Amino acid sequence: MSTLEIKDLHASVILDDETTKPILKGVNLTINSGEVHAIMGPNGSGKSTLASTIAGHPKYQVDSGSVTLDGQDVLAMSVDERARAGLFLAMQYPVEIPGVTTSNFLRSAKTAVDGEAPSLRTWTKDVRAAMEKLKIDTDMLLRNVNEGFSGGEKKRHEILQLEILKPKIALLDETDSGLDVDALKIVSEGVNRALEQDNTGIMLITHYTRILRYIKPQFVHVFSDGRVVDQGGPELAEQLENEGYDRYVQAAAK
Amino acid sequence: MSTTDQTARDTQDTSEEVGGVPTGEDRVAIPGMSQEGETLQEGRNQAGEPEIRHTQHGDISGVPDSSRAGRFTSYDVADFPPLTSTLEDWRFTPLKRLRGLDDAALDGPAPAVSVTGGDAVEVTSVPRDDARIGSAGIPEDRVSANAWSSFREATVISIPRDAEVQEPLIVTFTGESDRPAAQHVVIDAGENSRALVVLRHVGTAVLSQNVEFSVSDGASLTVVSLQEWTDDSVHASSQQARLGKDATFKHVLVSLGGDLVRVTPSTRFTATGGDVAMYGLTFVDEGQHLESRLFVDHSVPRCKSRVNYKSALQGENAHGVWVGDVLIRAEAEGTDTYELNRNLILNDGPRMDSVPNLEIETGLIAGAGHASTTGQLDDEHLYYLMSRGIPEDQARRLVVRGFLFEIIQQVGVEALEEQLRASLEDELARTES
Repeated sequence: MSTLEIKDLHASVILDDETTKPILKGVNLTINSGEVHAIMGPNGSGKSTLASTIAGHPKYQVDSGSVTLDGQDVLAMSVDERARAGLFLAMQYPVEIPGVTTSNFLRSAKTAVDGEAPSLRTWTKDVRAAMEKLKIDTDMLLRNVNEGFSGGEKKRHEILQLEILKPKIALLDETDSGLDVDALKIVSEGVNRALEQDNTGIMLITHYTRILRYIKPQFVHVFSDGRVVDQGGPELAEQLENEGYDRYVQAAAK
Repeated sequence: MSTTDQTARDTQDTSEEVGGVPTGEDRVAIPGMSQEGETLQEGRNQAGEPEIRHTQHGDISGVPDSSRAGRFTSYDVADFPPLTSTLEDWRFTPLKRLRGLDDAALDGPAPAVSVTGGDAVEVTSVPRDDARIGSAGIPEDRVSANAWSSFREATVISIPRDAEVQEPLIVTFTGESDRPAAQHVVIDAGENSRALVVLRHVGTAVLSQNVEFSVSDGASLTVVSLQEWTDDSVHASSQQARLGKDATFKHVLVSLGGDLVRVTPSTRFTATGGDVAMYGLTFVDEGQHLESRLFVDHSVPRCKSRVNYKSALQGENAHGVWVGDVLIRAEAEGTDTYELNRNLILNDGPRMDSVPNLEIETGLIAGAGHASTTGQLDDEHLYYLMSRGIPEDQARRLVVRGFLFEIIQQVGVEALEEQLRASLEDELARTES
């Protein structure tokens, strides 16, 4: 049983001219193993900033507050230490890395996270089986990381990593964006496997309710202007589906 | 638009003058400078000196030639002026470190040639009067001409017509002397043949080398030129290719070792349908000068060229130079070309000079472009890898290797790629320790 605890988190984005702009304005959120928390909100409300700040992206600075994983101070860790501690971020825009093959990358990541090289005997078989379930052509292993991948392939590759690395807590940053219905189902099945088999806690960031038909959240949090402004169960998502974010945006503007 | 077009307008004008000084629209503040840049062509000589003839003696005039088309060529070293750093072609090269390749008698022993693999390929040593010598190009600089004037015997590698050579031909040049030497190599790919040739340079040498690639109609030739010299070696290599109709030529340059290595690959087309890809990988360590100057001369219609050169630089006085000249002549309609140079600076201390030159004399082309970037490791790449638990130092190594391995991946023969990766690993291990 693991717990990610975010307390009164304030964070800013560092702009190109090195000035900063506050984005997160006091986020409180607790995610336990096996739970699915949907973070929903209008564009620009700070959802992705929350995920990137927890993962340690250098473009964001924490102004105050705390993030702990099983009591350990996440904010004091480097990006790679956070991943090795059991955090995973499925990125909204995974970058292409020329010259690094997916095969080499996956093995390096697995070795780093587990602290030892995966068993030669089962590794290739396990990876191929995971790829098959996500309907990823195994040719991808020979291709460079994300290079020339379609939008759908990139997202499936992120979920492949989720299934292989088996984190304690996974942050999924708009994993549903740019996916057609078939791809959305396949990706959702992957997330549900991580949930059931590895008991991973999931923070599911999304703008739309569509993915919630396939991944069932126990908790729905509405994000607006850098903080959680409303929360509830799955019924809140249905309400948002019908009403949109207007009333939260208007409330934030006051 | 080519510079020739620009100045046609400049030279016509005699209109508004007051006391011999132009006024109005064409008034320029600095003699020789128009509003569009420096005027290098005929006429307009403010000092009343003889006009500069850009078509013949570009280098000799001492004025940077405006067009690569006008580059002077000769087999005779005496036809070239002594090297100075004011010559466009030599402005980045530390001339003192050439160890006499430009003006000394090149009478040292040339690196020994040994050959493995390449079933069906004939390798012979021939005298200077062999007809195949000079089939692909004329020296374009003094160092190359010096070698041409000096070499005694040439190595000719002959790929018979229609031959499909399965196994790569590995030609190893082993240097064992630091006396200035000359060497001449001809690779003659017969019609419709297919082959991969590796030119591997090892040992110690002070060498000026001319390498000719004659790629006949329909032939497909891949050449990997690998420079793995000792740290005190000096190597100037002029590598000229001449392509027949529908010929395909892939040139992969890998420069790793040597004090000063200057490779000048050039490609010329003689008929339509030619396809050239030129790749380069250099790893420049502390104190090294590794220079690559390439030229693609599109002089006939409907040929294609792709250029992708990459370098990584690390350490004090690590100096990399890349000059990419691509010329699309007026008659080369339907040309499709793109050249790219990317350089990765790994720490404080190195210097990279990157100069893409694209001259276009016709608008009737399929495509033309160039790009050059020099920078440090991409933070987003590091972040992505680290977010998967990979420690920073390992992530940096992965990205650097990835950046450079992209070129090795162009070779297309796994066993050979493995060897190249191993060579590069040695290089990286030296600098990382």
